[in-house]
Amino acid sequence: MLLIPKKRRSIPALYPGAPYWLRYILPALLVYLLFMAWPLLDSVRLSFYTGNAANRSFTGFSNYVRLFAGGEVTDRYWGAFGQTWYFFAIHMLVQNVLGLLFAAMLSNATLRGRQVYQTIIFLPTTLAILVTGYLWKLILNPLWTRDVLTGAGLGALVYPWLGEASTALTAVSLVSCWQWVGIPTVMFVAAMGNVPGDLLEAASIEGANTWHQFRHIKLPIIMPVVGIVTILTFVNNFNAFDAVFAMTGPNGPPNYKTDLIGTLFYRVGMAGQHPVAIPDTGLGAAIATVTFFMLCCGVIPTLKRTQTKE
Amino acid sequence: MKDSMYPKEKRRSSLRMQNLHLPSHILLIIWSFIALFPIWILFVNSFKTRFTIYDNPFWLPAKWNVGNYTAVLGNNDFLGYFKNSFMAVSSSIVLVLLLGSLAAYALAHWRGRASTAIYFTLIAGMMLPIRIASIRLLELVKAMGLLNTIGSLIPVYTAMGIPIAIFVLTEFVRQVPGELTEAGLIDGAGRFHIFIRIMLPLLRPAMATVAIYNLIPFWNDLWFPLIFINKENAKTLLLGVTRLFGQYQTDWSKVLAVLALSALPVITLYVLLSKQFIKGMTAGAVKG
Repeated sequence: MLLIPKKRRSIPALYPGAPYWLRYILPALLVYLLFMAWPLLDSVRLSFYTGNAANRSFTGFSNYVRLFAGGEVTDRYWGAFGQTWYFFAIHMLVQNVLGLLFAAMLSNATLRGRQVYQTIIFLPTTLAILVTGYLWKLILNPLWTRDVLTGAGLGALVYPWLGEASTALTAVSLVSCWQWVGIPTVMFVAAMGNVPGDLLEAASIEGANTWHQFRHIKLPIIMPVVGIVTILTFVNNFNAFDAVFAMTGPNGPPNYKTDLIGTLFYRVGMAGQHPVAIPDTGLGAAIATVTFFMLCCGVIPTLKRTQTKE
Repeated sequence: MKDSMYPKEKRRSSLRMQNLHLPSHILLIIWSFIALFPIWILFVNSFKTRFTIYDNPFWLPAKWNVGNYTAVLGNNDFLGYFKNSFMAVSSSIVLVLLLGSLAAYALAHWRGRASTAIYFTLIAGMMLPIRIASIRLLELVKAMGLLNTIGSLIPVYTAMGIPIAIFVLTEFVRQVPGELTEAGLIDGAGRFHIFIRIMLPLLRPAMATVAIYNLIPFWNDLWFPLIFINKENAKTLLLGVTRLFGQYQTDWSKVLAVLALSALPVITLYVLLSKQFIKGMTAGAVKG
């Protein structure tokens, strides 16, 4: 009752309060809490337990000790950890920079065919990364393209990109960038639509070149969207799974060099690892919790820094 | 300042050159080629055969072969996978829209600290990585007896879609002029009646945005089917694709036909509604 403004309290039938409105909200809230919020938080609790749903016992920090104290689990974890950061760095450098560049070009009102370009750039994003991953796996297969590439004088491109430890992760990352570049592009295009045209005009009359206009006018205005894109990239990359699953496999071959936190989490917590194919839910939950904690540490400061307005 | 040193004529022609945007066009054309090239590969090679796929991989088939497509479509499993995906995705989207619009209606009209708190709790989900919760979700779904059914996917997808629905729809309801609601109230209509008769029709474009935003991640999701579904008759399209990929591994032309058919519905929708797709996909980040 306290929530209703005084002026309105005189006609309660017309301005109902919490008990009335909750009836509308509860179905959505319950589904959300039961299938999203609670499982996320309860995963943190599960990381302090061992065993499965039928037989679970508290073990304190032992899952974390196993994760970080050394041995094979630790090696795998740090391997996947470093590779996920590399995966993320490639996405920031290639996917988001390309997206920004495309958007800067596409937001130019005098450029012809903007809609067509944007439609094409976004097209791969609509496909499942599983489908494009299988497709690129074929395209990157040197046995398949050897003749046509050497014939075209591009023999240098005939190389088992996905099979060699030194190139596999970069190849997978670039394919993933190819797939998703449409998202930052359309987001930046939409954001640049908010840049007042007369401001740019004034700047160009004052002699500001394209770079200066971008750096000092467009970039500050689109900063909140830069923040959102960074967060989305970060969250998605630290949960990336499909690209590796399709192109190299859930074990992150060759020799775990394309293993990401997402694939490691899948093997440990979901599928079960060789030689015992039983999922280790406690250890899996520990991996998930560390990721969750890391994402919070990355997301909250980024939000604070870029979403200052409003 | 620098420009004023040139004669007027020259300035005008350089402006015309600038408006041609040659470097932009060159770069965008190169990228368009890179973006479309794999799709071209997919298309032309799916009409070859197991062996002719090796001659001239980047160009049209010497002889068009529809055998791959008839083989895949003749495979009852494939149609079953397709049906399962369709059921899971469409029911989830309907639920997202239904629950989302009800809650958004309330959150927009009910002002108060509790309302704001619930609103932010719900939209926080736009950034929460739900995959991290998979271990608990798997046990939950198992306990509810939904394992190995598409029923396991629907509540999870609905929970995934509700945050964006609340975000977009609440904003939209707030923009609906208060007079409309008041007029309804004065005429003696109940609030639920107003929701059905006045709000829902007005919300249609915003609901389309929400539906499109969720369509791609739901249809293209591999993760949850992979961990929830192991039974052949409950597999979704993408999960089926992984199985057929293994089965046809020695025959890439068939694999490509499977991939093409699985991508066809989304590509068709996208080509028909590309503007709405792009608008829908930016809904989460940019207002307006």
